[in-house]
Amino acid sequence: MAYINPLRDPQDRRLPRIAGPCGMVLFGVSGDLSRKKVMPAIYDLANRGLLPPGFSLVGFARRDWANEDFAQVVHDAVKQHARTEFREEVWKQLAEGFRFVPGDFDDDTAFNTLRRTIEELDEVRGTGGNHAFYLAIPPGLFGNVVGQLKEHGLAQPAQGSWRRVVVEKPFGHDLESARELNATLASVFPSGSIFRIDHYLGKETVQNILAIRFANTMFEPIWNSHYVDHVQITMAEDIGIAGRAGYYDGIGAARDVIQNHLLQLMSLVAMEEPTAFDAESLRIEKLKLLQSVILPRRLDLTTARGQYVAGWQGGEKVVGFLEEDGVRKTSATETYAAITLHVANRRWAGVPFYLRTGKRLGRRVTEVAVVFKAAPHLPFTRAATEELTHNALVMRIQPDEGMTLRFGSKVPGTQMEIRDVNMDFAYGGSFTESSAEAYERLILDVLLGDPPLFPRHREVERSWQILDPVLDHWAKKGKPEAYESGTWGPPSADAMLSRDGRVWRRP
Amino acid sequence: MIELVDTNAGGIAAEFVASRLRSGSPAMSMVLTLVIVVDEDGAQDAMRAARRASHEHPARVLGVILGHARGKSRINAQVGTGDGWTGETALIRLEGEVVHHAESVVLPLLLPDSPVAIWWPSDPPEDPAADPLGRLAQRRITDAATATRGKGRAIHRQCSTYSAGNTDLAWTRITPWRALLAAALDQQPLKVTGGSVTAERISPSAELLVAWLSDRLKVHIDRSGSSGPGITEVRLDTSEGPIVISRRDGRLATFSSPDRPDRPVALKRRELPELLAEELRRLDEDDVYAVTAHKLMKLHLS
Repeated sequence: MAYINPLRDPQDRRLPRIAGPCGMVLFGVSGDLSRKKVMPAIYDLANRGLLPPGFSLVGFARRDWANEDFAQVVHDAVKQHARTEFREEVWKQLAEGFRFVPGDFDDDTAFNTLRRTIEELDEVRGTGGNHAFYLAIPPGLFGNVVGQLKEHGLAQPAQGSWRRVVVEKPFGHDLESARELNATLASVFPSGSIFRIDHYLGKETVQNILAIRFANTMFEPIWNSHYVDHVQITMAEDIGIAGRAGYYDGIGAARDVIQNHLLQLMSLVAMEEPTAFDAESLRIEKLKLLQSVILPRRLDLTTARGQYVAGWQGGEKVVGFLEEDGVRKTSATETYAAITLHVANRRWAGVPFYLRTGKRLGRRVTEVAVVFKAAPHLPFTRAATEELTHNALVMRIQPDEGMTLRFGSKVPGTQMEIRDVNMDFAYGGSFTESSAEAYERLILDVLLGDPPLFPRHREVERSWQILDPVLDHWAKKGKPEAYESGTWGPPSADAMLSRDGRVWRRP
Repeated sequence: MIELVDTNAGGIAAEFVASRLRSGSPAMSMVLTLVIVVDEDGAQDAMRAARRASHEHPARVLGVILGHARGKSRINAQVGTGDGWTGETALIRLEGEVVHHAESVVLPLLLPDSPVAIWWPSDPPEDPAADPLGRLAQRRITDAATATRGKGRAIHRQCSTYSAGNTDLAWTRITPWRALLAAALDQQPLKVTGGSVTAERISPSAELLVAWLSDRLKVHIDRSGSSGPGITEVRLDTSEGPIVISRRDGRLATFSSPDRPDRPVALKRRELPELLAEELRRLDEDDVYAVTAHKLMKLHLS
């Protein structure tokens, strides 16, 4: 008979789920991702009491470090980037579990040392043979590392324990490479043990999309082509490529953002109601939606791309993309991308979804705007409603998380004059202080083995299938259009919407 | 902060709207009303704790100071928004006959439809649910550890008058202990045959922990004394050996379990704002506390 923990009670909702005994191995310890996100998130989890006693973190990199040096790196990263207050006792809980293994990814001795290190941790820290391998390294090296893990018996869990692998985007750069990448991972780990992190899905506000849609009565009835005119999904960054030329040049905005974040957001906004809020049901609905996504026939009229040139962004003089360090002077990589998508199902037929993303735009913002149709009849004079536009429901993902409802209201005064007003629901300026970072949530889910928020490989492949024709089309069309830094993108993006009689929101 | 002298509920409500307009934000997304019943001396600390808790739960916070009940009724209030608060706040001082009718001041100031929580930082009424102010709230928060009279029995009084919606911060304080103990049995699914809780001589939290453990595990749990701070050790006996969590300094605990190495684990005693924030996270009845309170009374009477 299965053991039922007498101290657990489904009614007892104060008790958090704490990960079972386990450890994590981090490949690529000195990158931004590790220092700014992963290490701080681990500390924050420990601070909130969600990591098991004995949790251990092993760093693996080509550096001549001892355990203490690694601990110092983590310490600095935590001090600088952790969300919660630094507390000595939390640090003590973690510090005994830091290990460092120096070596190359093709160095057999190093992986032997890694195996012994893990065994030693199971012994002295009680990690119970449960380990997650976090690959914070370029995808080109995944094959090497998982191959080594397999060869040295690190990928194979003993009876009653688990081994998981965590990877970050990019999940390939087109359908073919995504399939190869998946084949590489799947040759070593079963699909349930592969966790792909799309950190957007860990954000509270993204999960809130599901709450807003499926916990309320008043939105779902109008969530269809009868009432919705179109949907705009925007992820704008104010920064440039910030030293990531090596990664970004040749990848571009569409591969970097649309393929993963924006298509995932779109699937959550547009999918049908899942039968339950669990991994399998969500995956089915998301995939179904992605499978009904179709591209317009004329890609030249329904997509736009741009490349930023020097200008002023937010009061600072900034250089253009081609002048950034490490970018080829002839680069045709786009830093702005906008595409039109349609959904071929009854709910959304005829409602275009406009997805756009770019660097060095007006300001940093991510939002989903559902724009409604105009009222079929207005019993007011034309003059009265001149300034009335479309109703809109905007879900703000970051920063300033919350929701805005835009609707017409009478301007106070004697005449009947109707104008748009905004009603704001803010998660609250400081409310977010206590809401967890996406990485905390996702790392905890990895350790708990709870996958609802991780895209599966079929979603990834389907997303590439959607995007590949656009990328091919662009590849044949020479260079992207220039746009000045600090503006909202190239003129062709505005032209793309005005052809449909619409305009981009200024977010 | 605006001082209102000799005012009434209508005056305070008007000032809420006025100060919102002044700060340029006519819509606020407050999620609940928190009423704090407090004396003059404790008012500042209580409001400060509520302010920090309001970061997680934007609320309209009404501090109610009950003064002398003799003489002519008089209501003074300090009303404000902003200044580190995520919602609105009023500190209302009552004197004279109105002290016996405080609910008539508070009722018109409750946010429409939203839940109401009430908190007595110390010395709550004997039966919070029957109290005129307590009746307005669906969550009634007391704190047996701060009782100034009859401290040893304070938690018994609260448990004996338990009614749905009551909760005590002594219970909130042991959530991290309970989480760790539950995790211990997740890790090693063992049958517990007995155990003990060691804490300061007077510790309502320890009593609740004993009651919870004995109710869930159906075994006898000993209660031993130490010099604290708070709870210093919890032991669960199993056939394989004991699971022990011991915490001498109120910060860092040692976690020992059969056939496993000892491990340090952070287990800091939490501050008031954190406790309050946890308490406001869920506003429906806490069934587990209800059962535990019942068990505590049974243990006490037997």
